[in-house]
Amino acid sequence: MTDAALPNSAVAPAAPAAPAAPARRDFGLRRRHAAERRFRFYGLAAIVIGLGFLAVLLFSIVSKGYTSFVQTSITVPVEFSADIIDKDNKRATDPRVLVSANYPVVARNAVARALGISPDDKAAMRDVAKFVSDGSRATLRQIVLADPSVVGTTRPVTLLATADIDSANKGQIDLSVPEAKRKVSDQQLAWLDQLRQQGAISTPFNWGLLTFGASSRPETAGLGVALIGSLYMMGIVLLCALPIGVAASIYLEEFARKNRFTDFIEVNINNLAAVPSIVFGLLGLAVFINFFGLPRSAPIVGGFVLTLMTLPTIIIATRAALRAVPPSIRSAALGIGASKMQMVFDHVLPLATPGILTGTIIGLARALGETAPLLLIGMVAFVADAPATPLDPATALPVQIYMWSNEAERAFVERTSGAIIVLLAFLALMNIAAILLRRRFERRW
Amino acid sequence: MTTEAFATGPAAAPTPNAPPKMQGEKVCVFYGDKQALFDVDLKIEPFSVTSLIGPSGCGKSTFLRSLNRMNDTIDGCRVAGRISLDDDDIYDPSIDVVELRARVGMVFQKPNPFPKSIYENVAYGPRIHGIARNKADMDEIVHSSLRRAGLWNEVKDRLTEPGTGLSGGQQQRLCIARAIATRPEVLLMDEPCSALDPIATAVIEELIDELRENFTIVIVTHSMQQAARVSQKTAFFHLGKLIEEGRTEDIFTNPRNKQTQDYITGRIG
Repeated sequence: MTDAALPNSAVAPAAPAAPAAPARRDFGLRRRHAAERRFRFYGLAAIVIGLGFLAVLLFSIVSKGYTSFVQTSITVPVEFSADIIDKDNKRATDPRVLVSANYPVVARNAVARALGISPDDKAAMRDVAKFVSDGSRATLRQIVLADPSVVGTTRPVTLLATADIDSANKGQIDLSVPEAKRKVSDQQLAWLDQLRQQGAISTPFNWGLLTFGASSRPETAGLGVALIGSLYMMGIVLLCALPIGVAASIYLEEFARKNRFTDFIEVNINNLAAVPSIVFGLLGLAVFINFFGLPRSAPIVGGFVLTLMTLPTIIIATRAALRAVPPSIRSAALGIGASKMQMVFDHVLPLATPGILTGTIIGLARALGETAPLLLIGMVAFVADAPATPLDPATALPVQIYMWSNEAERAFVERTSGAIIVLLAFLALMNIAAILLRRRFERRW
Repeated sequence: MTTEAFATGPAAAPTPNAPPKMQGEKVCVFYGDKQALFDVDLKIEPFSVTSLIGPSGCGKSTFLRSLNRMNDTIDGCRVAGRISLDDDDIYDPSIDVVELRARVGMVFQKPNPFPKSIYENVAYGPRIHGIARNKADMDEIVHSSLRRAGLWNEVKDRLTEPGTGLSGGQQQRLCIARAIATRPEVLLMDEPCSALDPIATAVIEELIDELRENFTIVIVTHSMQQAARVSQKTAFFHLGKLIEEGRTEDIFTNPRNKQTQDYITGRIG
């Protein structure tokens, strides 16, 4: 210690020669602590505000949407009257009459009989007809086609209620509005009560919301086509974007020389990540539909467009993950004579996998919620039948939400929120999958 | 101790007239426009330990990394002059760098085991080079390499555990085991003990002395005592130039050059 030899050193005031305690120096501790406390408070406030908004959002969606997961149904004994279904008794020779029979009248008569209304009361019958969804046509037809011997018999059948009756049953009709301006009359409400007392009204889980295709009647409208369309697109995005993105990143990060050209590519990839998604939609329209002649409204085109959109995200995440692998691992592999490819695939890539998977799933989640580019390639369409292949017309979850939000009926409002809940559930599932995959791969090291 | 797997050469002391295992002639290394090494001429004798000493940034690690072309991985790095292994120019286009690195292995400053099991760490080199014919062969190579590296007794019961879970000194010995498992002819060591405590350092120094029987070793070190303890030949670098080289006892007891004397007595560096 050379300091000890210095006489009366300025940095050593507590020398034995100076018995008095040195004056306390002001380090500004009070100010520094106050600044830290303030900063912590700001951080906490930011988190509280963020969580507050999230809670408001979730509450608003769930409170509006949870009722869409149940659907009012009416279970009444239905008389499959031969007079209505097959007046001329031709079903043995011409089965087509069973297909085109007037099933809505059968359903209406069944409800009317349960309510004790005379079939001669034309006005009442018209009002009763508004109880049963037009979807009952398909329900009853299926029963008859499956077993033509039911014609002429009576058996209990569960029929979908119309959206108005469904809303009334869920208590969503404002009774303070004058009767003339309401969609459900006092008489119909009384009948609804009557049916409820008979135990004919039930509210089972609304599987139709997840299975039905597009429909102008809310009670038979569902997310089925949109779910299949979104699933196809996610599959295509995963199959195209992951290999291309990872291969591009590995080449750029591990093999390519750093020069002007690769710098240029890097700048462009970063710019692509910031391009508005609707531009990708225009590109898809011009390239995939107009130039390559792929069909409109098809999930395959949507998948390609979303692949283009997701690629930059995956490339950026993968390059970051590759860069985070310590260079010492690369040296170790090269040092014992591994080729560059062996180094990448045996050592670097396994270590980068959690990061790559996280980036990919975040990219997929973004693609799942993307609406604008799909509007441009015609995926905003009225598609009632489930697409069998990715080349058939379909819609996507966010597009379905967009279309339903444009509808006026009360029942579509709750279905819009219901569809948002479904979309959020899928996003949450994907994020949980990302976390689980990352944990699983990290445990191996 | 099993040594037959390593009987790659005579375990005899080098004869003075034996041809050098590796030789650098007028080696210049450039990082971009900056020249890091100037006209280095150095012979590496077979089955001996050559230590490269000198202050930080003097180019000794650069020279070491030129010997197995690890400098190739650095963008903008260029090597001029001739470096030969058994009189073959290693920068000749006909030489495959993968084969070169299998023959000239390397141990790094910071222990860098793969984040895999201890067994896999050692087995990786032999596997990619196709040295083992079957599982029993591979087991034999892994076990004898770990024994050679003096690690066998400490890890024999946990070969499946990750290599990264070992202590620093054990990790470095695992890296040495990994390097010798590919049966290189030359082993390059870049300050292998700088991250280790004195006890682990002593273990590794002892190990280097044993490995000299079968391998030609080049070691970069910052510790003059280490160079004096383990090496037969010492080369002193300063500012990118080879200042002096010779038998270790001559360099440390009777340096011809003033700069060398200043460095080894602690006046510069």
